[in-house]
Amino acid sequence: MSSNQPSRRSFLKLTAATGGGLLLGFSYLTSCRNEKTAQAAPELVMPEEWVTVNAFLKIGENGVVTIMSPNPEIGQNVKTAMPMIVAEELDVDWKNVVVEQAPLDTENFERQLAGGSQSIRHGWEPLRKTGATARHLLVAAAAQRLEVDAGELRTENGIVYHDGSDRSLGYGELASLAATLPLPEEVTLKDPKDFRIIGNAKKNVDAKKIVTGQPLYGLDLQREGMKYAAIVHPPAFGMALKSVDDAKAKSLPGVHSVVTIDAHPEGFEPQWSDVNAFPKLVAVVGDNPWTVMQARKALKVEWERTSPAESSAMHRAALERLLDEGEAEVARRDGDPEGAFSTAATVVERTYYAPFLPHNTMEPMNFFADVREDGAELVGPIQTPEFLRKSVSALLGMPEENIRIMMTRMGGGFGRRLYGNFGVEATLISQATKVPIKLVYSREDDMTQGTYRPEYLVRYRAALDGDGKLTAFHVRGTGAGESPVFPNRFPAGTVDNYLAENLVNDSNVSTGAWRAPRSNFIAGAEQAFLDEVAEAAGKDPIAFRLELFDRAISNPVGEENDYDAERYAHVLSEVRDKSGWTDGDRRGVAAYYCHNSYVAQVLEAEMVNGQPRVKEVHCVVDCGIVVNPEGAHNQVEGGIIDGIGHALYGAITFEDGRPQQQNFDTYRLIRHNEAPTAIHTHFVENGIAPTGLGEPSLPPVVGALANAIYRVTGERVYDQPFAAPRELKG
Amino acid sequence: MATINLTVNGQQRQVDVDPEMPLLWVLRDELQLVGTKYGCGIGSCGACTVHVDGIAMRSCNLPVGNLSGEAITTIEGLSENGDHPVQLAWLEHDVPQCGYCQAGQIMTAASLLANSPDPDDAEISASMNGNICRCGTYTRIHAAVKTAAKKLS
Repeated sequence: MSSNQPSRRSFLKLTAATGGGLLLGFSYLTSCRNEKTAQAAPELVMPEEWVTVNAFLKIGENGVVTIMSPNPEIGQNVKTAMPMIVAEELDVDWKNVVVEQAPLDTENFERQLAGGSQSIRHGWEPLRKTGATARHLLVAAAAQRLEVDAGELRTENGIVYHDGSDRSLGYGELASLAATLPLPEEVTLKDPKDFRIIGNAKKNVDAKKIVTGQPLYGLDLQREGMKYAAIVHPPAFGMALKSVDDAKAKSLPGVHSVVTIDAHPEGFEPQWSDVNAFPKLVAVVGDNPWTVMQARKALKVEWERTSPAESSAMHRAALERLLDEGEAEVARRDGDPEGAFSTAATVVERTYYAPFLPHNTMEPMNFFADVREDGAELVGPIQTPEFLRKSVSALLGMPEENIRIMMTRMGGGFGRRLYGNFGVEATLISQATKVPIKLVYSREDDMTQGTYRPEYLVRYRAALDGDGKLTAFHVRGTGAGESPVFPNRFPAGTVDNYLAENLVNDSNVSTGAWRAPRSNFIAGAEQAFLDEVAEAAGKDPIAFRLELFDRAISNPVGEENDYDAERYAHVLSEVRDKSGWTDGDRRGVAAYYCHNSYVAQVLEAEMVNGQPRVKEVHCVVDCGIVVNPEGAHNQVEGGIIDGIGHALYGAITFEDGRPQQQNFDTYRLIRHNEAPTAIHTHFVENGIAPTGLGEPSLPPVVGALANAIYRVTGERVYDQPFAAPRELKG
Repeated sequence: MATINLTVNGQQRQVDVDPEMPLLWVLRDELQLVGTKYGCGIGSCGACTVHVDGIAMRSCNLPVGNLSGEAITTIEGLSENGDHPVQLAWLEHDVPQCGYCQAGQIMTAASLLANSPDPDDAEISASMNGNICRCGTYTRIHAAVKTAAKKLS
């Protein structure tokens, strides 16, 4: 019997269950057949029968356990880490665990979203309780079968032991009885010192499939009768579709149809996730991706201008004008900053800039949609399936319960797939053509669609007294659609006189969250600025920061400071020690707090052919308990390399509203020989519940890099990208 | 449209397509070999790397009509059981994050090691430079290539 064809017993509908939402009916499991369970762990003998214990768990008669991973997987490795948490409290042997991606199921799962580095932080308690609840039921079942008190039983690696009578029962033998028992009111969670799975390195559960090229991604999905769609969006921001002549394109071999769709029709109320600069599109539907990408060249499309054509020079001038003259929103004021600046011995003022950035996930946007009269099925890479379903429901006029969404593994997210315009577009194309379709963006579609990291400009001022003590601090920031300033982050709380101001620039270039939103810019600016302030004060950059933290620990200014100064100072002093930092060190240092985690880095740069190159990075991270050290190291290393790459090379620029970079021949991403040769990561062990890890290592490395460049060149860098442009080649 | 005979992963395959269609899309949509990925379509990112007569090439800009005589190997055919030394090294170093670019990275590395079994750091970097990884797994890729080289020598 095939392991992914659930037997009759695994459809057991447990209507008696109440409380916690754990024991509901699970007929949706039939939708998971595209997940080839047997291939996930070929060394396992798959069970003949599965018993569904709860939404997260199926237990086979031979003790093999399937754990559903609820959240979307974008490369942050939650598909390994979240099931590890369940498995820990369930007390099973990780070798006997098979992981499957759960579909969108808001009745049984909470917060099925990949964003803000929050999956593990929010999932920690519920996932532990899920595992512990199932374990409790299995122990209760064993107590019944062995006719002993549950208190006399213990579990280990998927087996319930009664030491008193030297008897034992495997979870597989107990699952069907356990699934009929009442849920406990409360469960006891393990003492972290007894953890056997959490804190031990586990390999990525999809690694075998990845290295053998098995279908995993949205782009890989194929269905009987499915057609492909390619879209044509306006060539510039501020333009919209006027008319289309599709006669020639329609006549080409392999072309099925050409349709026009509108993702934001009159009366549609966009949610936050409906960012879309080009809601009205032309779509070509045909036999395969290449055919439709070719055929769309035969379309004769007329565009019209709906708002002014913007250029990068105009953007920069507007940001500077705002900083110079704009009336700002005061986000925080402590003491008398103006007075302190007027009496300062030294004032340091610097301005920092970063450009718009596309996300450039390696897997371009794509989505499968099959819209029928009575329901819709959507499958693909989406960080926010719940929000996509809301948008699709509104546009189709179809109840949410008739719309089924399955998330595929994603070839990168970085925030881009929080905004499901491509899923909406696929839905509307399927609705218009009445066939199941998969929309595939070309790289050019993807890079020029917008939803970019906003460009930012921030100006800092610091006042020092005659002893080099920081007496006032002023941050005034602006950006496209948002200000990058976090008013209550460090150094707020460390200085008596403090002012944080926000200004927002309007632009028709659409923007969205990009790995560590706002932090990805402001951390680098702030940490580069503090380096200069420390230098002006005649102090070591680490010692200068630690003095500020001392103030925040002993006598903080204000009550709204959103960081723990002791944890912050600790990562900084740890990185000083781990990196062997010395007086007059020629490396760059930075520390930052975001996504509830603390990161400090020391970075060594060198100049190669007149361009900066990173040699080595030391990194100390406090993200509380590390669930999976293997994945955690990988995330931190990736964030560092990603951050270095974008700070050195990343920029999308505009002329006449048109993105000037459209593919990797003109847009430069960091490459193998530009990555550091060594990254040394150390995690602080403090037993605190886990916090974010997918994003926090990226923001500070921009500052560490800027400071390291100064150490080796003697010149400060203020504008990203830091590296001079060069001829790109493939 | 034309009927084209291909040798893919040691098997004779026949497709009826426009000879201008790049090999990438033939592999993915005609032969259901989706391990080879689309990343840029202009040979700039390496996600679509396959071996043509043992040489790493970008399948996204190789017209399929030119390939009837050559032996094409994709990630699916790199080894019988996913146990090519490069694949094993990738598992040992737990290289993938999102994983999307890794088939191309592995095909490039396997080609490098087939031609230069004991490359130094500079040679590894130079050879792997055409394969982009947005997740930033380069240090692990580098270490995995070295591990695979040791296993092969």
